[in-house]
Amino acid sequence: MSSVMLEVRNLVVAFGAFHAIDDLDLTLHEHEVRFVIGPNGAGKTTLIDSITNLVRPTSGSIRFAGEELIGKSEHAIVRTGIGRTFQKPSVFDELTVLENVDIAASFRLRFRSLLKRRRGISDEVAESLDSVNLTAQRDEPAGSLSHGQKQWLEVAMVLVQRPRLLLLDEPVAGMTEKERLHTGELITQIAQQGTTVLVIEHDMDFVRRFAHKVTVMHEGKILTEGTVADVQQDETVREVYLGRPRDARGAAEALA
Amino acid sequence: MSTMAKLLPTGTPRPSAFLVRFVIMAATLLLVAPWLLSDFRLSLLAKFLCFAIIAVGIGLAYGQGGMLVLGQGLFFGIGGYAMGMHLKIVDAGEGQLPDILTYSGKYDSLPALWKPFSSAWFAIPMAILLPMAIAALLGAAIFRQRIRGPYFAILSQALAAAFVVVLVGNNALTGGTNGLTNFQSFFGLSVTSPSDQRTLYFIVVVVLLIVFLLTRELVLGRYGRVLIATRDDEDRVRFLGYDPARVKLFAYVMAAGMAGLAGALFVPVVGIISPALLGIVPSIEMVIWVALGGRTVLAWAAAGAVIVNWAKTSVSEQFPSGWLYLQGLLFVVVILYLPKGIAGAVEHIRAYIGRLPPTGGLRILMSSGDRPPKQAAKPNPTEEAA
Repeated sequence: MSSVMLEVRNLVVAFGAFHAIDDLDLTLHEHEVRFVIGPNGAGKTTLIDSITNLVRPTSGSIRFAGEELIGKSEHAIVRTGIGRTFQKPSVFDELTVLENVDIAASFRLRFRSLLKRRRGISDEVAESLDSVNLTAQRDEPAGSLSHGQKQWLEVAMVLVQRPRLLLLDEPVAGMTEKERLHTGELITQIAQQGTTVLVIEHDMDFVRRFAHKVTVMHEGKILTEGTVADVQQDETVREVYLGRPRDARGAAEALA
Repeated sequence: MSTMAKLLPTGTPRPSAFLVRFVIMAATLLLVAPWLLSDFRLSLLAKFLCFAIIAVGIGLAYGQGGMLVLGQGLFFGIGGYAMGMHLKIVDAGEGQLPDILTYSGKYDSLPALWKPFSSAWFAIPMAILLPMAIAALLGAAIFRQRIRGPYFAILSQALAAAFVVVLVGNNALTGGTNGLTNFQSFFGLSVTSPSDQRTLYFIVVVVLLIVFLLTRELVLGRYGRVLIATRDDEDRVRFLGYDPARVKLFAYVMAAGMAGLAGALFVPVVGIISPALLGIVPSIEMVIWVALGGRTVLAWAAAGAVIVNWAKTSVSEQFPSGWLYLQGLLFVVVILYLPKGIAGAVEHIRAYIGRLPPTGGLRILMSSGDRPPKQAAKPNPTEEAA
């Protein structure tokens, strides 16, 4: 068994009386690619948000490589080696594609080096632009990219930081089939290089193809965990999806 | 092929568009203006160029960093008073009290606040470092609390207002509403002699050019990119591992230092520093210069200070009360139609000319040497930031 990377214990995130996350435990191991699925409102994004301190947990503990994250500021958490993307791609529209990746890559530079101009393009920046097929667009303002390309750019920005734990919030939403495949391969590759990956995803086809292990969330709790096949056999999972009409599409996919 | 390239032997690396513009600007300020302008106009220009130094700082903090610094008068004033106190002490001569301190009859020796400013080695660095230190303390508290937007603007403005209250309230020590005035000399130069005023003009120009170049480096550096990113999406920057509070603090502190430096130069150039020059209204005007010139382009921010003040002087000479209305009107026009100020208008004109069929002279002039006109329609953001 490889070593534990992320350990979430008794996590509660309460907004007033509503518990978005309700006493949740989750353990991720090194090199693992974990998919988190669940109906809308299950608390999937809130989980990522509380790991990165975008929302402040009410109680519980989140340990990353043995270090407690709760109480750390957002940028300090990133500096421990955690990267994330957002559901709505957020890149810096006024900077070029290259500059977006470059400032992401420079986050560990000393302040004095940060004051200097960029000379040329570092290998890792070029590599990560290449891995998301944005090399040709590198001198264009990021604002001119399409939605899908912005998603790619965001992935490049987080990859170039070489995080030990990568949190992806619906990375393939709105992507074409070919792009999905590429993303999946990228995720597999990242994991092989030693990064632990946690992916929130709705697309069951995508999950089936690339997940090592799936965690199903429902109403802030973990419903079940296991391989894709295990989860698909699970009676409660079927109930959860079928019980919510607005997730009918997700249900159909889950059962397919 | 541009005229520039024709003048140079083939094989000479072509100077960048920026270098060409910078040399033209520097030559205009250092050679043409002194030759063209009367002593009076030249010393007015020196005053406006002091303002341009403040504007460069505001261009950095506001244009690049998105911080609406509505209280730069505070830092300008601290720089001005630091220099003013020093000059007053020197003018009074060894062992004598500056005139300003004798009026109240309260002092028979230099008060503790004044004493260290006897030394130029203290006064000059303090004119810059004191504003920076105060900005650092304020900024650290403000940015860490994630106070931004209008709240930051109001806070920074309140501080300038408070400074005025302190100055006026301690009139025995500060000269009150009259401020410090009647300076005689500035490091061996006579501030009343026209030829020495010319020397002062050159000092201001050189300082402005250096400040501009250094700030431009900062803007074009990686830090500048991170600053723009912070301006556009502060929360996103956190998740890249940067602390936006620190990113903003640095720009704010630099802008404060520039305002302080401008204040220190303003005193010998204009011969006065008083609360009326640094309160709420002057502080707002400073931002208006930058907004009119073009907040996202440093050179235009600086030019805005000169253009607005030149217009103010010209209009006021003709219609003494006309300026306030015109300034208000200009500001409205800028907000409604020119969010990028004159810089934005120039960009539009360039883009327009770039689309015209080639007609020679004008096109070469407008496309600034080596930039192909087609590109002018879509300026590279890096270039724009300069």
